[in-house]
Amino acid sequence: MAIVYEKSKGLTDTPFHYCPGCTHGIIHKLVAESLVELGVLGEAIGVAPVGCSVLAYEYFNCDMQEAAHGRAPAVATGIKRVHPDKVVFAYQGDGDLASIGTAEVVHAAHRGEKITTIFVNNAIYGMTGGQMAPTTLVGQRSTTSPFGRDEAHCGKPIRIAEMLATIDGAKFVERVAVNSPANVRKAKKAIKRAFECQLAGKGFAIVEVLSTCPTNWGFTPVKALEWLKDNMIPYYPLGNFRDFEEEK
Amino acid sequence: MAKVLMKGNEAVGAAAIKAGCRYFFGYPITPSSEIPEYMAKAMPEVGGVFLQAESEIAAINMVYGAGGAGARVMTASSSPGISLKQEGITYCAGAEVPCVIVNMMRGGPGLGSIQPGQADYYQSTRGGGNGDYRTLCYAPASIQEIVDYVMLAFDKADYYRNPVLVIADGMIGQMMEAVEFKDREKIELPPKDWATTGTGGKRKPNKVNSLYLQAEQLEIHNKRLQQKYKEMEENEVLYEAYGLEDAEVVCVAYGTTSRIVKSAMKLAEEKGIKTGIIRPITVWPFPYDVFKEIGPKAKGILAVEMSGGQIVDDVKIGIEGRLPVYFNGTTGGMVPTPGSILASIEKIAGGTK
Amino acid sequence: MAKGRTTFNDDACKGCELCVSVCPVKIIELDKERINSKGYSPAYVTDQEKCIACGNCAIMCPDSVITVERL
Repeated sequence: MAIVYEKSKGLTDTPFHYCPGCTHGIIHKLVAESLVELGVLGEAIGVAPVGCSVLAYEYFNCDMQEAAHGRAPAVATGIKRVHPDKVVFAYQGDGDLASIGTAEVVHAAHRGEKITTIFVNNAIYGMTGGQMAPTTLVGQRSTTSPFGRDEAHCGKPIRIAEMLATIDGAKFVERVAVNSPANVRKAKKAIKRAFECQLAGKGFAIVEVLSTCPTNWGFTPVKALEWLKDNMIPYYPLGNFRDFEEEK
Repeated sequence: MAKVLMKGNEAVGAAAIKAGCRYFFGYPITPSSEIPEYMAKAMPEVGGVFLQAESEIAAINMVYGAGGAGARVMTASSSPGISLKQEGITYCAGAEVPCVIVNMMRGGPGLGSIQPGQADYYQSTRGGGNGDYRTLCYAPASIQEIVDYVMLAFDKADYYRNPVLVIADGMIGQMMEAVEFKDREKIELPPKDWATTGTGGKRKPNKVNSLYLQAEQLEIHNKRLQQKYKEMEENEVLYEAYGLEDAEVVCVAYGTTSRIVKSAMKLAEEKGIKTGIIRPITVWPFPYDVFKEIGPKAKGILAVEMSGGQIVDDVKIGIEGRLPVYFNGTTGGMVPTPGSILASIEKIAGGTK
Repeated sequence: MAKGRTTFNDDACKGCELCVSVCPVKIIELDKERINSKGYSPAYVTDQEKCIACGNCAIMCPDSVITVERL
């Protein structure tokens, strides 16, 4: 009898506070499993953001620092410069990384900071109650775009993976989604590789993970997975934008 | 150790390194840019890290990361840059991350000027960012004091697990004086067993955090912080004071201004007016108690500051209404003259004898 | 003959049904007869014999409720 799947040792016993069906939980598991499988959980230092995953410091079974909104890449930089031999990661949402913290992530990438960033894109501000994010799709309704996002008024959603892939210091850039078991398996592979990029001392690594927000999208969790597939993936294409071994 | 001639801003860097600081994150701004410039050269020589951040906000958050990871770390800037750092400073205070922040103050508000100023007094002594917190704040008046108090700041930051500020006006940053790196008293410091260094699989995870969602928990945390600030108020007050017993006029000033006040006091003495001075070396905690030593001949207190009169509030708290408090100040980068201060002293004393 | 065994940490389940939606042999349902300590009807396996131990349900569970073993 073999264990096919069980809760990762990389997570604490604290139950997640996330809404039912929120895929933050899946992404947490993938990060934790990757750290354990790479044998670096004891060497890991994580940085939690401000947003729905603000309490990530309670969930990862490793040392954690809670950062100010958007500043996780700067905080992670400070940690990594002090402990270059440790595995430092930032876990950020789309308000955190793609709005208030854009400067920090761009410059962490630009310096080739040897950190791993997990960027959760669910096209909305979850924690504050469903406001428009920089990643909210055109036409998508939110509490601050009640008639749907209007491109003429506030532009099109920002594509972070594509943008960071133009920066030399970013050595691993991939966009994945967690809307199906197959895609979750691919997401796991990408997250693991983003940590390997750091372990190999290559430079900045980021995985953009398309995620759901059933509560603020106003769908059931299962319907939210479909909405992600039908609406987000066409605008945010999945795939690898930069891989460190390809540069050899 | 022999004396060496150093510029104020360079002395900040040299003293920090001497105190064991090996990480500096900063962003250039006049009149403190020589600090990152010095660190860019000096840090690699001692195996440390100098990193020019993309902004002051990023710099202070790198400080938060490095300090949280257990390192001695510093950032430096000037007034508008320090405003940007307030977010990070309140997080450091909340999460109890030790660090040292140097402010070579310039004129304000807004972009203000690049000339010397002391108008960040409120910001430096009342917390500066959101929430109930205080930061120990040294106000050196010479390059030697920069050396001494920057070094002490690192020990105090580690001792209290709190950010420590060193504020000087831009003039001190640019000035050159002979300094000596004296042997310091060794302070017993607690181990940084709270820092994020990786669990190594051997202990429970450490969390560097300022979030307490439960009201009861946050109140417990805040009460503990307040207790720590009270301890600082009891143990960390530093000042220079003389002539208080028989002074007709007592001056209160810190930093460069205190040196000009001392010149004016000599001029007053020549005119037969007895003066005294209270020079806070820590502007927080403020030396309120020393005001009790002012003798019965005093007719008034003269506060002097390169500001619109921010220190006056603390002088009023210290004197508890016993004497009138006057103010002579300059703003915008103008520096008070001994003559102008003398005129104020004469007016308070009731004219020349 | 069952190929797998699926066990649920009932009290951690939030009844989101992601596991239900990805089970290829359609043997997971919410137990509407029960309410767990969180106030949700937890997921359960209707016919353990049919489990193929693919792990899809556990992979998709955001709350690490499910353990899957291959027999």
